[in-house]
Amino acid sequence: MYKIAVMGDRDSVLGFRALGLDTYFVEQADEARHTLHRLAREDYAIIYVTEQLSTLIAADIAKYKTSVTPAVILIPGKSGSLGLGAQALQTAIERAVGADIG
Amino acid sequence: MPSATINPTRMELTRLKGRLRTAVRGHKLLKDKRDELMKQFLEIVRENRRLRAKVERGLEKANAAFTVASAIMSPQMLEQALLYPKQSVELDMKFKNIMSVNVPVYQFHTKNEDPAEIYPYGFAQTSGELDTALEALSAVFQDMLELAEVEKTMQLLAEDIEKTRRRVNALEYVMIPDFQQKIRYISMKLDENERGNITRLMKVKEMVLQEAHDFKPPAS
Repeated sequence: MYKIAVMGDRDSVLGFRALGLDTYFVEQADEARHTLHRLAREDYAIIYVTEQLSTLIAADIAKYKTSVTPAVILIPGKSGSLGLGAQALQTAIERAVGADIG
Repeated sequence: MPSATINPTRMELTRLKGRLRTAVRGHKLLKDKRDELMKQFLEIVRENRRLRAKVERGLEKANAAFTVASAIMSPQMLEQALLYPKQSVELDMKFKNIMSVNVPVYQFHTKNEDPAEIYPYGFAQTSGELDTALEALSAVFQDMLELAEVEKTMQLLAEDIEKTRRRVNALEYVMIPDFQQKIRYISMKLDENERGNITRLMKVKEMVLQEAHDFKPPAS
């Protein structure tokens, strides 16, 4: 049985707690890195990370791109979307196609 | 120019021809795989775009309501209201095989079937905006799960397409031309040896005949 985690600043992720997801309040890069790796080792299949937090630990998130679990998914935090999710999509397309096809 | 280490022998030639056949066949198969993966990938990308837009819209709405709620309620109250969730979610993961890439399929079930169970607090001490925020969140949650599935699938496919593309290119532009060149080199060499041998035999025959019959070939 797998679990779902949400990482980010308090205001962005507190609501997910009511849905029954495990929430982790992190705002510092070091803390976030540790939490991410720890969660990845445990039975978390999906880890949602706010875009704001993801900017601090982009390299660590990229590590999990090629493994089946966990899926690290960016979600917009309380200050709105930074367009990083869409950007990650674009990068994946470029990688697959070998060219920017828009 | 083929590398200096190849032996121009018939055995080597047969071996190389076999490898070339395998390479050509592999190239064709991998190319087909790449094309099919690409087709699937583009579909998933489209799906991903749609879901992401939907999720971002939904979360924005939820966050807006949440911000209002946290402005009205004190942080302690808010924390207390959400401290012990009544609902809990468990996730089942299966795997689906897309062109030999294993991608996850998620299926979640909540412990409490009642949708009203997402409010883990009494309504007396909390603001209505909190309810709105949680409702919006739970509405977007199904899509978030789907987004996770689609996005992971996309990442895994992208990786595999890249790998396959590299293999196709390596076969097409390096391995196959290399084999062809080596085969040509060997068959040229063998033909040359053959011609050398024929000339030598003719020469020997001439000498033998001359010795036996004192035969003189016509002056040429």
